[in-house]
Amino acid sequence: MGRQRHKMPQETLLKVSNIHVLYGGLNALRDISLTVELGEIVAIIGANGAGKSTLINTISGVVHPVRGSIEYDGKDITNLEPFQIVALGICQVPEAGRVFPNMTVLDNLIIGSYNRNARPKKEQNLKSVYQHFPILEERKNQLAKTLSGGERQMLAIGRGLMSDPKLMLFDEMSLGLSPIVIDELYRVLREIRAKGITAILVEQNVRRSLKEADRAYILEAGQVALSGNADELREEEKVKKAYFGA
Amino acid sequence: MNLDVLTGLSTPIAMGILLGGLYALIALGLSLVFGVMKLINIAHGDLVLLSSYIAFAIMTSLGIDPIISLIIGMPVLFVVGFAIQRYIMNRAFRISMEAPLIIAFGISIILQNLYQIVWTPLSRGLTTSYALESFGVGGLRIPLVYLLDFIVAVVVMLFLREFLRRTYLGKAISAASQDRGASQLMGINTTRVYAFAFAIAMVFAAIAGVFLGLTFPFTPQSGVSFLIIAFGVVILGGLGSILGTFIGGLVMGLAQTLGGYFLGAAAQLLVAYLIVLIVLGARPRGLFGR
Repeated sequence: MGRQRHKMPQETLLKVSNIHVLYGGLNALRDISLTVELGEIVAIIGANGAGKSTLINTISGVVHPVRGSIEYDGKDITNLEPFQIVALGICQVPEAGRVFPNMTVLDNLIIGSYNRNARPKKEQNLKSVYQHFPILEERKNQLAKTLSGGERQMLAIGRGLMSDPKLMLFDEMSLGLSPIVIDELYRVLREIRAKGITAILVEQNVRRSLKEADRAYILEAGQVALSGNADELREEEKVKKAYFGA
Repeated sequence: MNLDVLTGLSTPIAMGILLGGLYALIALGLSLVFGVMKLINIAHGDLVLLSSYIAFAIMTSLGIDPIISLIIGMPVLFVVGFAIQRYIMNRAFRISMEAPLIIAFGISIILQNLYQIVWTPLSRGLTTSYALESFGVGGLRIPLVYLLDFIVAVVVMLFLREFLRRTYLGKAISAASQDRGASQLMGINTTRVYAFAFAIAMVFAAIAGVFLGLTFPFTPQSGVSFLIIAFGVVILGGLGSILGTFIGGLVMGLAQTLGGYFLGAAAQLLVAYLIVLIVLGARPRGLFGR
C-alpha cells in the first residue's frame, strides 16, 4: 500500500497566504502560509494550543482572519461562511466527530448531503460510504448516541464524505481511539485518497500522521516552525527530539 | 366508590383530555423555538393571540369562518415569525444571551398595546354557528369545539414529527438544535434555518390562536395566560420533545378539570401548577426531558 507521490501534475488546490487570526484577543495564528496540492495528504502537527484547530477552523470559515487571504481552487474564500465553504467542496470532520446524537446514523449521513451540490449525488455517495464503513449500513437505523467512539468517528467521516468534498479536513481523527480502529480509519483515508480527495490531517499522533502524509507543517505558538516532505521531517533531529522523545 | 362518582368523574376526565390537546397545541411553538434556538419566547402567548385577532377581524369584516381564515392567518404569522428571527433575534443573539429575551418581552408589550388600540379591551370571541354545539357519548355531553381542538392538535403534532423526520429542512432544524457548530460544518446556514424554525412555530401558533378563540373568549391581555399555560405544558413535558409536549398538555388539562371538579373553579389553575411544581421537584428536566 505504497503512497503515490508526485504522480499527479502539481496543481494548487488550497493556498493560505500570511493569515493572522485573533482568538479571544490573543494572536492565535501569526503570519501562516501554506499550500495544499491536488491529491495530497498534508499533516499539520504541533503541541496542544499551537493553533492547529484554529487553522482548520479558519479554512472552514468558522473564524475569519484579520489579515491575509485564503484561496481555494482559484477563488478567494477568506470571508465566506462555513455553509458556503462546504458547498464549494471543503468539508471538516471536527474533533471528536460531533455527530448528531439524537438522530439516526442514516439521518446523520443525509445531513452530510445538505449542501446543494451534494444532494443530487446523495444515493451514489451513500453507497460508497457504506462500502468504506459496512458497519454504518448495519446500524443505519440506530441513534448515533448508541454508537461506540470508533463508530462515531466513522460516522463523522462518512457524514463528511456525503458532502461530496474535494478537500477534507480531519481534526484529531484518531484521538482517544484504539489502535485497531485507528488502523481502519487510516485504511479508509487511503481509499478516500485513491478517489482523488485531498486531505489535511491535524494530529497529535505525530509518528502516524507523518507516516501517512506526503508533506507536513509543524506549528509552534501559532507560527509555522518547520515544513517539508513528511519522510524528511521524520528524520529531522528537531522533530525527533520534540515529538518522538529521541 | 360507587358508580355515581365514576360517571361524575368521566365528564372532567373527557374534557381534561380534549382541553389538554389544545394546551399542547399552544405550547408546541414555544417548545420548538426553545428546542432549536434556546430562546424563551416571552411573546409566544401574544403571537398566538395575534392569530385569534386576525381571525376575529376577518370574521367580523368579511364573514369568513375562523378556521377557513387560517388560509390568511397562517402565512401572515409565518412571515411575522421569519422576520422576527431573521432580522431581530439573529442580531440580538450576537449581543448577549439576555438580549433576545428582552426583545421578546418588548414584542409582547407592543402587541398587547396594539390589540388595546385596535380592538379595545373588550372581551372578544370567535362565535360561530357550531361554537355552542355539543354531542352526546354514553351520557356525556362534549362540546364540538373541544373535540375539534383535540383532533387538530394531534394532526399538527403528527405533521411536525413527520416534517422533522422526512424533509431536509426538518433534519437541518433537528441537527442545528443538537449541535449548532457541527451543523454549520455540514453546510447548514443556521441563520436561515433558525428563521424557518421560528416561522414554522408561528404557523402552529396561528392554528392554536384560532382554536383558542373558538373555545374561550379573549382580551388584549390573554396572551399572558396563554404563555403561562404553555410554560406549564412545556415544563411538564420537557422542552423540545413533541410527545412530551402532548403528554404535558394532557396533564395540564386533566389537572385543571379535575381540580375544578373536586375543589371548585377557583382552584383549577392552582392544582395545575401544583402538579408542575411536584414534577419539577421530582424530575427537573420534565417528564420527557433528555
